[in-house]
Amino acid sequence: MAAALHFHDLTLGYDLHPAVHHLEGSVARGDLLAVCGPNGAGKSTLLKAIAGAIEPLGGKVERLACKAREIAYLPQAAEIDRSFPVNVFDMVAMGFWHSLGLFGGISRAQRQRVFDAIASVGLTGLEDRSIGTLSGGQMQRMLFARLLLQDAPVILLDEPFTAIDSKTTADLLAVVARWHREERTVIAVLHDDEIIRRHFPKALLLAREAVAWGATNDVLTGENLLRARRMVEAFDRQAHECERVA
Amino acid sequence: MIYDLLFAPFAEFEFMRRALIGGMALALAGAPLGIFLILRRLSLTGDAMSHAILPGAAIGYLVSGLSLGAMTLGGLIAGFVVALASGAVARVTVLREDASLAAFYLISLALGVTIVSLKGSNIDLLHVLFGNVLALDEPTLYLLAAIASMTLFGLALIYRPLVLETVDPLFLASVSRAGAPVQLIFLALVVMNLVAGFHALGTLMAVGLMMLPAAAARMWSADISAMSIIACAIGVASAYLGLIVSFHTGAPSGPLVILVAGLFYLVSLVFGRAGGLVRLIRPRRHLEA
Repeated sequence: MAAALHFHDLTLGYDLHPAVHHLEGSVARGDLLAVCGPNGAGKSTLLKAIAGAIEPLGGKVERLACKAREIAYLPQAAEIDRSFPVNVFDMVAMGFWHSLGLFGGISRAQRQRVFDAIASVGLTGLEDRSIGTLSGGQMQRMLFARLLLQDAPVILLDEPFTAIDSKTTADLLAVVARWHREERTVIAVLHDDEIIRRHFPKALLLAREAVAWGATNDVLTGENLLRARRMVEAFDRQAHECERVA
Repeated sequence: MIYDLLFAPFAEFEFMRRALIGGMALALAGAPLGIFLILRRLSLTGDAMSHAILPGAAIGYLVSGLSLGAMTLGGLIAGFVVALASGAVARVTVLREDASLAAFYLISLALGVTIVSLKGSNIDLLHVLFGNVLALDEPTLYLLAAIASMTLFGLALIYRPLVLETVDPLFLASVSRAGAPVQLIFLALVVMNLVAGFHALGTLMAVGLMMLPAAAARMWSADISAMSIIACAIGVASAYLGLIVSFHTGAPSGPLVILVAGLFYLVSLVFGRAGGLVRLIRPRRHLEA
């Protein structure tokens, strides 16, 4: 299977402290990959680097499936101003950004696709509601509808089901499964081992370094999880400059 | 009688016609900018920027007296320098943007007043601080009209990314590089309008026709297009009514225009259907579902 992404000796971090250290490997096209690991393991940082939101301290991310700005990225803490007067329809329709540009109007066909996307996340009837009136779960459904319209070959989700109830999680997992059937590459940062085991065929256990990467059942073993926890706890404030070459 | 009260001043005196046109140009361009300043929580930034342009205008005045070109250019340069410098300080140091902006504009204001009072008379200082809407000459009027046209055109150009940059900046950053240039263009439009307002209303009140109609409009609607139209209408009405009252009472015109806008704001604050106090005194009710 051709690769969608390749990490070449990738080191990411803040103020020179690595959050992801010398990561090497490929994500195949059509992979449904869960990234897991303890807090501070570098999971969100890795997604940001894939999306092109931060520059690596070392190494590089090679994007073989599409350009950085064609990747659909749902950040963990979306900085959405919920008091801003904009409704659900307009917000979802912004998924068409690349085809609309500055002035493009929405065609009748695109209009229908916006309604379809809103329907497939179960928000039909709320198109005219202003985003400030949505619950946390409805907000996340709306953002998934926008991701649907972005029609991206690579989709990044950062803890998409945190603080979301089980019904909403199940509905949104169905959307993820649909992306997988459409052979899109999906990478999701997740904490719930149960969800990962059941819905994600592949997993990357990250604790600054890749502890294990492969089929989910081989990755999420008790031994690996223990190792992951130890590696992050061993963080050293007085660390010397790293001279390792992968 | 009504003709004498409402129309005669403009029919008879050219300076009143000029003042009205200048005020309307300021109100039309300033109102939509004010809406975005409010939605982006930058209301006080507009105020700070209006003070920041003073030393630029003062240096222009120092070089060539009360000259339109020199003072405009100086104001524009000072506005951009303060905007960019406070943005840069916020990115590079621990200070947040509001703190660094406050620091820069205070320095700027003090510097401006010092320069003007060293060189000129108190009359000049009053002119710079409070403008004179009744003394707008032909070139100044053209400048105001040009700035208003450029503002409306520029705002139309960046409208979509500006909305997105305000409501969901991370999403805009993930699909486009437009975020930073759009912010800069928006700030540039604000500075341009403050410099325009400076000629008519002076540095201290230049921001008035921008913020007051916009804040009032927010009380009547939650829709951006509707808010913009309401704000423009309130701004134009304030310019007209302010000039009328000023003509008949002999009170200074610039402050009266702002006072009328302020009155619109206070009335909206109480009676506005989309956020005014009147909502609170109605008996509490709710729907079944």
